[in-house]
Amino acid sequence: MAQGVNIENFSFWYGQSQVVKNISLSAPVRQVTALIGPSGCGKTTLLRSINRLHELHPGTRAAGRIAIGEEDIFSAAVDPVDLRRRVGMIFQKPSPFPHLSVFENVAAGLRLHGLAQGKEIAERVEACLRKAALWEEVKDDLGRKGALLSGGQQQRLCIARALAVEPEVFLMDEPCASLDPVGIMRIEELIRELKHDYTVIIVTHNMHQASRISDQTAFVLNGELVEVGRTKEFFLAPTDPRTEAYLTWKIG
Amino acid sequence: MQAVRRALHSGTREGVFHYVTLLAALGLVALAVSIFLVVTLQSAPAWRAFGLSFLTTSIWDPMANQFGAVPALLGTVITAVLALAVATPLSIGTAVFLSEIVPQNWRRPLSFVVELLAAVPSVVYGLWGLFVLAPWLRTGLGQLLADSLGFLPIFAGPSLGIGVLTASLVLAIMVLPTITAISGEVMRGVPTELREAMFALGATRWEVVTKVILPSSKSGIAGALLLGLGRAIGEAIAVTMVIGNANLIPASLLAPAQTMASLIVNEFPEAFDLHLSALLLLATLLFIITLIINLIAAWFFYRPSQDVAATAKGSVWAKLLRKGS
Repeated sequence: MAQGVNIENFSFWYGQSQVVKNISLSAPVRQVTALIGPSGCGKTTLLRSINRLHELHPGTRAAGRIAIGEEDIFSAAVDPVDLRRRVGMIFQKPSPFPHLSVFENVAAGLRLHGLAQGKEIAERVEACLRKAALWEEVKDDLGRKGALLSGGQQQRLCIARALAVEPEVFLMDEPCASLDPVGIMRIEELIRELKHDYTVIIVTHNMHQASRISDQTAFVLNGELVEVGRTKEFFLAPTDPRTEAYLTWKIG
Repeated sequence: MQAVRRALHSGTREGVFHYVTLLAALGLVALAVSIFLVVTLQSAPAWRAFGLSFLTTSIWDPMANQFGAVPALLGTVITAVLALAVATPLSIGTAVFLSEIVPQNWRRPLSFVVELLAAVPSVVYGLWGLFVLAPWLRTGLGQLLADSLGFLPIFAGPSLGIGVLTASLVLAIMVLPTITAISGEVMRGVPTELREAMFALGATRWEVVTKVILPSSKSGIAGALLLGLGRAIGEAIAVTMVIGNANLIPASLLAPAQTMASLIVNEFPEAFDLHLSALLLLATLLFIITLIINLIAAWFFYRPSQDVAATAKGSVWAKLLRKGS
């Protein structure tokens, strides 16, 4: 069941340095929200806070509230391990498990959480690979190692792997950064498909990509949210002069 | 000075530097080959006298010029395998802790301590085994095993404190740092994305270790274990000090025994003629066995595969050269 994400007054520190400064942002359910901004502006940190992945590193600290649906993800009742199952994440570098086959990569999450048994696993794997638009390319050899696929195929395999555990939200951290133009096109098509069933938040360096695939765009600069708006208006008529400067390559 | 520099480095004279390094490299190869040749040639009389029966008979009697290596072979295999059995869970556990669990700022000092253990001279381990471990085993664990499990043949006999068990435990401690350092290195070579991808699927740290880290480092870990095995098989001094040096097929884990290396250490000073040749035949065997083990280990580090352990092979190879055997 897709859920929206609500970020309220959220701040994040690495040791002494504050990389996210009091950001409030709402990612509506079944829409694509793009986070843009120069390298090191804090957008990736913000993204990785939504599944509490940054807690794995010592010396980090967060303040404020992030809610998925109605639930505060920092409340004591939320187990971060369980939270991460509900929030799918796609990384910049395609990361299929190299020791596992295509099939087992997708089945990994199912087995991890005991979501399916026996024949059901094969059905779920096929469904996820179809949904990730990879089935036709791999169906003849599901036993080959995931790492032998092309970069774009690997990234779609990672999407299929994330789909298998039925997340409520999809986080994507520059998912096209290492792909060729065809691979990028396939992933963008896929994101447009995914948003019918999921809430997607995507970090991208590519402003054209943000304008092509997102419904809402947010511009982050030096840890602060400068501007957020409907994508069409955001790109055509930015209200903040810093946004306009960034869009016209004057800063960043 | 300037002229000398130019002569060494410029134009056609660049060749001088090339040949100096080539000579050094060839010298090293020649040294290894000549050691092997001398040991092998000198072992020839024993091989001619006994042939394969050297490997299948168990009488070792220098007075009667009768030499069979079975007790030493068995002692070597049993102590090395037992040492590896004890060291494997400990060192892989430590490696996982150092690579995956310990906070970043503690990793360096702790890894340093582990590597320091590898640098302790083996005679020091031998002394520790003889004066600390052996007395403790005699009255403690060894006695306990003899009392409670003495009806089993492998724990039969009096608890002497020195013997197969003591040697195995000393060897286990000696190979532990090698296995820990190398397998830890391999685990750290697993790309961060893979860890995070597994965490992002909703895995616990334990599941990340067992389902991603260990499977993707398995060939590197296998290589590390083999290097440990090679070291355990070849270790001489520490084993000689604690194994009891009885040239018999070990009756139980509590009984004294002999390994190939300890036999050479014990008898080499007084050996001549066929006796000396028999010891050198043991040395040749030891040489070949450790060579094969190291080659297999190298194959594990370098084999063409999608195994991510391969990404760490550079540093692993450096460690192998520094510590291996």
